[in-house]
Amino acid sequence: MPLLEIKNLVKHFPVRGGLLNRVLKKVHAVNGVSFTIEKGEILGVVGESGCGKSTLGKLIIQLLDATAGEVTFKGRAITHLTASELLPFRRQMQMIFQDPHASLNPRMTVGSAVSEVLAFHKVVPRQELAAKVRELFSQVGVNLDSIDRYPHEFSGGQKQRVGIARALAVNPEFIIADEPVSALDVSIQAQVLNVLMDLKDEFDLTMLFISHDLKVVDHFCDRMLVMYLGFILEEVPCQDIHADALHPYTKALLGANPVSDPEKRHELTVLEGEVPSPFHPPQGCPFVTRCPLVTEQCHAEMPPLVERAVGHRVACWEV
Amino acid sequence: MPKSEALLTVKNLSVGFHTDKGDVTAIEGVSFEVRVGEILGIVGESGCGKSVTSRSIMRLLPKFNSFIDPQSEINFEGINIARADEKTMRSLRGDRIAMIFQEPMTALNPVFTIGWQLDEALKYHTSLDRRDRIERAVAMLKAVEIPNPRQRYYEYPHQLSGGMRQRVVIAMALCCDPELLIADEPTTALDVTIQAQILRLMDELRKKAETAVILITHDLGVIAQICDRVIVMYAGQIVETADVHSLFKNPQHPYTKALLESIPQTGREHHQTRLPTIEGIVPSLFELPEGCRFQDRCAYKTQECVDREPQLGEEINHRKVRCFFPLEGS
Ligand SMILES: Nc1ncnc2c1ncn2[C@@H]1O[C@H](COP(=O)(O)OP(=O)(O)OP(=O)(O)O)[C@@H](O)[C@H]1O
Ligand SMILES: Nc1ncnc2c1ncn2[C@@H]1O[C@H](COP(=O)(O)OP(=O)(O)OP(=O)(O)O)[C@@H](O)[C@H]1O
Ligand code: SF4
Ligand SMILES: [Mg+2]
Ligand SMILES: [Mg+2]
Repeated sequence: MPLLEIKNLVKHFPVRGGLLNRVLKKVHAVNGVSFTIEKGEILGVVGESGCGKSTLGKLIIQLLDATAGEVTFKGRAITHLTASELLPFRRQMQMIFQDPHASLNPRMTVGSAVSEVLAFHKVVPRQELAAKVRELFSQVGVNLDSIDRYPHEFSGGQKQRVGIARALAVNPEFIIADEPVSALDVSIQAQVLNVLMDLKDEFDLTMLFISHDLKVVDHFCDRMLVMYLGFILEEVPCQDIHADALHPYTKALLGANPVSDPEKRHELTVLEGEVPSPFHPPQGCPFVTRCPLVTEQCHAEMPPLVERAVGHRVACWEV
Repeated sequence: MPKSEALLTVKNLSVGFHTDKGDVTAIEGVSFEVRVGEILGIVGESGCGKSVTSRSIMRLLPKFNSFIDPQSEINFEGINIARADEKTMRSLRGDRIAMIFQEPMTALNPVFTIGWQLDEALKYHTSLDRRDRIERAVAMLKAVEIPNPRQRYYEYPHQLSGGMRQRVVIAMALCCDPELLIADEPTTALDVTIQAQILRLMDELRKKAETAVILITHDLGVIAQICDRVIVMYAGQIVETADVHSLFKNPQHPYTKALLESIPQTGREHHQTRLPTIEGIVPSLFELPEGCRFQDRCAYKTQECVDREPQLGEEINHRKVRCFFPLEGS
């Protein structure tokens, strides 16, 4: 049994306006996505800004209500639970955000930010709180001298580690990391990725790792979902993505990425055409307006996500 | 290809700020030149002084709390920008030296059409009549590959995608054929697909118009892709300069080497391996160590590095490095 099973998940955001504050139109943020995550796996989610990555994450962790579809965690459907029924699941699923700044209270020391979570979920008895905080800080590599300091005294990378310590405080089984390293310099990014990699092994974590940086996802994850306009266009194992990728959009993303070696300069792939509006996604394949392989069939009908190999699914009529 | 004549020569540029906690020197003794038709990259971690350097060249530092050291020189075709008056700067800015910033929205006014904004720039910098200005503006939009330029001319910034907006900003910067374009993180806020468009555009520009470009970024992939020469900055100083090929093949400064190694690599053999890191963080400008500024994070540090501050060395094979023990190539 997979740890998580996502079935036909849909999210539309109504946009209201006018005198009567009626729903004028809807943002089609997530358009019926299905996939599973096995225990211990790191699943990456990549795609351009606005393709629905964060919305997907929030739907899974029940920070947003789905318009349709279902999320099953360890065999239990959690999409329609009441707040109190959800509570035990909240502890098992944690989220790390892009902006460590925004997720930490500026008036609270980083130590109390973590012990607050421990106390709320009654993770350890009161007298063991301080010791547990110290343990967590050393696990994520934050200097113990700085437990009584405030967030503004920390660098971006250190704040992100505190955010990770907070997420780990409740011994979650599943973590969603939404662009956890995007705001960091490469040297600091490497530190945080290493911490996540160690913790994953140590705590036997399962992870959904959201990023718009294909290089990072390819390096760090076991598999990735490539999203576009709220759809999954390809699900592909990492490791040898350049050889394995089939979808023209995944290939375009790879080709648009500069290689960090001036001897291997290549003409960057430039996609012509515009991204369709999320208010009116095309009826056929969402990639039609920019796809180099487009045919009539692509305009008429959305290609299904078809399995090509183990862990490799592609939604395209032409490949 | 770049020629060898220098268009801009920066000598000993030091810039400081008055702050609540006292005065700080944000960049110190920065010297470099930009040659006609080349793309010069400036790279380094956040806070190392890239933007202060570029804003000094435009003299766009905040007036109330910044100061340029009087020894500094910024020579642009016979003018010392470091000491130029506002009138001289107005004749240079936008006309001979243009700058684009990280966030395209701040450079565009949301209440006016794209066309109106281009027209203002052209009115200010050229003596063209109205009809020629429109033609010129449409040609500029076309040059940056905006589809339907004649129609887009009458649209507002919010009607364009992020990538198109940044291209409009570039069109505006280029409308007077500047000799030098300074691009401060022009693609950092954009998706790679859009970044690819912008990088291609800058590359063509350099080839066709021989515009010199200073490209500021913290992305070494971008540097590898289009720069000719590179300046690496650390804690307000230049620590290494070299042509892009030598820099990537044989970084001489321990910081450059560590930066290059911390980039995730693709391919089976690298998959899910631990990344080499630079432990620690950039020192605060208020707590700079004596000796080398990189010492706390350096794997090659010796007592000498603690006792004395290394200087940016003499140029050897067109390279300079600020380290007592420059690394040998493999
Ligand atoms: N609360 C909301 N109300 C209305 N629209 C929303 C809301 N949240 C997200 N959207 C829209 O849903 C779509 C998907 O947004 P989402 O934030 O999930 O994208 P993303 O892939 O995470 O992008 P980014 O890389 O920029 O973070 C976008 O069109 C966005 O504008
Ligand atoms: N107006 C200011 N007042 C005080 N200090 C400033 C000011 N502007 C910049 N600084 C300081 O000067 C140093 C260099 O800043 P700069 O903006 O040049 O960095 P950068 O290399 O462009 O970084 P980033 O990659 O984050 O853009 C930083 O320590 C910064 O805090
Ligand atoms: S001078 Fe010394 S401390 Fe500085 S970078 Fe070189 S080896 Fe390291
Ligand atoms: Mg997001
Ligand atoms: Mg900057």
